[in-house]
Amino acid sequence: MNFLNGITVLLLYELAGEVTTAFLQLPVPGPVMGMTFLFLTLLLRHKTPTSVGTASSALLGHFSLLFVPAGVGLIDHLDRVANEWLPIGLTLMLSSTIAMVFTAATMSATTALLSKRSAKNV
Amino acid sequence: MFNSDATTIWVYLSASPLTGITITLVAYGLADRLYTRADRNQLLNPLVVSVALLIVFLMATDTSYEAYFEGGQFVHFLLGPATVALAVPLYEQISRLRKIWLSVSISLALGVTVSTVCSIAIARLLGASAQTQLSIAPKSVTTPVAMAISKQIGGLPSLTAVLVVITGIFGSIVGLRLLRLIGIRDDSVKGIAMGLTAHGLGTASSLQVSAEMGAFSGLAMALSALFASVLVPWIVGLLG
Repeated sequence: MNFLNGITVLLLYELAGEVTTAFLQLPVPGPVMGMTFLFLTLLLRHKTPTSVGTASSALLGHFSLLFVPAGVGLIDHLDRVANEWLPIGLTLMLSSTIAMVFTAATMSATTALLSKRSAKNV
Repeated sequence: MFNSDATTIWVYLSASPLTGITITLVAYGLADRLYTRADRNQLLNPLVVSVALLIVFLMATDTSYEAYFEGGQFVHFLLGPATVALAVPLYEQISRLRKIWLSVSISLALGVTVSTVCSIAIARLLGASAQTQLSIAPKSVTTPVAMAISKQIGGLPSLTAVLVVITGIFGSIVGLRLLRLIGIRDDSVKGIAMGLTAHGLGTASSLQVSAEMGAFSGLAMALSALFASVLVPWIVGLLG
């Protein structure tokens, strides 16, 4: 029953997110809006209900399985990928490497900077 | 006689969602078993192996992606509630998050911007077609959100899904080594970089290192999806 209640809650939040983004014409996808709503609810309630925790870990525990049908979509793009494999491959590798190094460096620098400032204030 | 019976049965089955959903789960089950046997060697990533198995199977049986997706959509659909479910690990890190939310937000907003600009610029420089450039722009964002962004900016959502998955695999294979190489020791920083670049797949491999890295990777994936859905369409507009 826990799992069923949990998944119902998740679907209700997703639905609320979809309805909100459609009505207000927000550029944010519905599920992300639903995630934001759920996060705010948890903040207000100060704890995760067991049912939501159960459903959440069941879904996230097999997260990569959920990407399989999307990945199989490659079958419809084999021509494009065969024609453009070099720019696609290089772009993915280079920009991922740059983004990863840049984010890690920014995070290290801002954490050091902000903790130094708060240490000074104390 | 037997042959035509088998053909009739296959025609019936291939039109039913039962086949698509079953072969998805069977392929993933096989791939996951292989992965565990091979000591979790990332080259045998269960996602890559199951996608490859399914593509070979669909080609061999001459089944279209649409027919497969009749069943596959039930698995795909779960990405929606799974995205909502990300609020839970995010909330569980709330005490850490309160202390470093400002530097996390700054890093993720800048990270999403750099990632998007680099993807479009590099693809353009290397001569990728306009539609490929648009499909590649949200490549570091978690699949359901990336597909929605791609649709909005005029890319091909199904191509984006594939590129997102490939990016995630690349990030989870290379990421930890790369971060060690540039001297990052803090697990929370590693997690943030992994989640921003390699979304759910980066989070899955971060979770294998430590709970802290996994939680921060999940946080980065969720927050960067939020930032990306606002920033990517805007950057695409700016870059024309």
